[in-house]
This record gives sequence, C-alpha cells and structure tokens, in this order.
Amino acid sequence: MTIDWTSFTPWPALAGGSLIGLVAALLYLALGRIAGISGILGSLLCEQAAGDGWRPAFIFGLLLAPGLWAAVSPGGLPLSAHTIDAPQGCAVLVVAGLLVGFGTRLANGCTSGHGVCGLASFSRRSLVAVLCFMGAGMATVFVSRHVIGA
Amino acid sequence: MTLLISLLLGVTFGVGLILAGMTDPAKVLAFLDIGGNWDPSLALVMGGAIGVAAPAYALARRQGATWLGMPVLPETKGPIDSPLLVGSIIFGIGWGLSGFCPGPALVGVGAGYLPATAFAIAMVFGMEAYEWLMSERVRQLERQ
Repeated sequence: MTIDWTSFTPWPALAGGSLIGLVAALLYLALGRIAGISGILGSLLCEQAAGDGWRPAFIFGLLLAPGLWAAVSPGGLPLSAHTIDAPQGCAVLVVAGLLVGFGTRLANGCTSGHGVCGLASFSRRSLVAVLCFMGAGMATVFVSRHVIGA
Repeated sequence: MTLLISLLLGVTFGVGLILAGMTDPAKVLAFLDIGGNWDPSLALVMGGAIGVAAPAYALARRQGATWLGMPVLPETKGPIDSPLLVGSIIFGIGWGLSGFCPGPALVGVGAGYLPATAFAIAMVFGMEAYEWLMSERVRQLERQ
C-alpha cells in the first residue's frame, strides 16, 4: 500500500464530514429522525410508511445541493468522467445500483445510516455493518483493479 | 416547519457530501483501493461526521424529546443477524464496483451527472426488489 498524498484532501474532507455530522445531529435533535439516505429513500418507495413529508423534503434538498454549489463555487462540481459511454461501464453501474439498493435495504442502512448515525450512537450492529461494507468494498476494488485489471 | 427544516438539512447534507469529495466516484474508489494508491481522505469525512454527531445523539437521548416536541425514537438494538451481514456485504460489493453509495448518487442525479442517474435508477429497482421479496415472504407465511 502506498498513500497518495497528492490526492489527499484532509481539510475539505473534515469540513464536509462535519457538515454531514451537523445535519445528522440537527435532524435527530429537532425531529428525532435518523439521517440515513437508504432508509429515507426506501421508506418513500414502500407505501405503508407514513410520515409528515419530511422524507421527500430532505431528498429534494439533496437534489438541489449541486445546483446551489455550482452557483457559488467557481470551480463547479468535482465529478470525474465515468466510463458510461462504454456499454460494459453502463452495465457495471446498473449491477452496482441493484446491489446497493437491495443490500442497503436488507441491512437497514448504508454509509450514512450505519456509518455516521449508527457509529455516532455507538451501535454494535452498525459497527459490524460498516466493517462488512468497507471490507466488501475494498475487496471488490482489489479484485477489479489488481486481480482482473492487472 | 418540519418540511422547511428537512429541506434545508437535505441541502446542507448534499453540500457536505460535495465538499467532502464523496460525490466523485473516483475519489471514493481511491479510498477503497488499499492495494494501490490509497487516498485516505474519506476516513476523515466519516471521522468528522461522527465527531460532530456523537455528542448530539447523547444529548438528544438525555433530553428524551425533540425540539419540535416529538419523542426521540429509541436506538434500534436488534441482533447482529444474517440480513445485516449479507446486506452489508452486498452493498459493499456494489459500492466497490461503482464508487457510489445512496446519498452521493442522489446528489449526482441533481447535478445531471449521467453515471449517477443510471446508478440511482437501478438502485431504486434494487430497493423495490427488496420490498417485493419481503411482501412475497409475508404472503407465504400467511398462506401457511
């Protein structure tokens, strides 16, 4: 393993992370809700979930964020060109999306729900979930870049 | 009031993800690539988020009620079971294949970022597949 110091962005990472944590904190303090994106989106999709409309409002806010960012930031959004033009790139994205959608609902949480909110409340379930998805993610990248792609 | 707060918090969450670099799948994959040129930035995203959220969670528990007067939902203390393990591993594989997790994917949709949109549509289908599977199981149990 070599650490890529040129790409390492500690201050934006800490600042962005703190904003995410602040939202998780305020959502819990004000509304008593968990800022877990897969849970919010998943509950929207299943009809039984009642709510006072906070979920669609939160998701709508997420969708508005890049427009706001682009309006105030001269550099625009940092997005790398992904290989969607290639058919296999698109297929990988679709398979990945299906896995992420199904997996996060089965595990009842994703990077935000388990990774931020769960760990912030010292949940053992969430710690196990984070170790599983980080481990699986690292293993997948290792196989795709250094075993198949090598 | 609830709607306005939720909207503002959603925007702030999205800005946090963008600032942190989470919306760029290449940056996420560089964090997961411990066998290559490892970019440790995202560990600090998580650390920063937990550092801010943890005291608030402890405070909310002690207060017992939210600022808007609703009861604070108790922590879900379920067992560490196979759905948790299997689901998290399935999620991790999809995350490692694409560099997208649910929040950043939705922000990408808002940016008109095509890869994120393709991913997010498939993600919704994956969630619907889960709902369908669960309702099928309930129906099976009811028949027995």
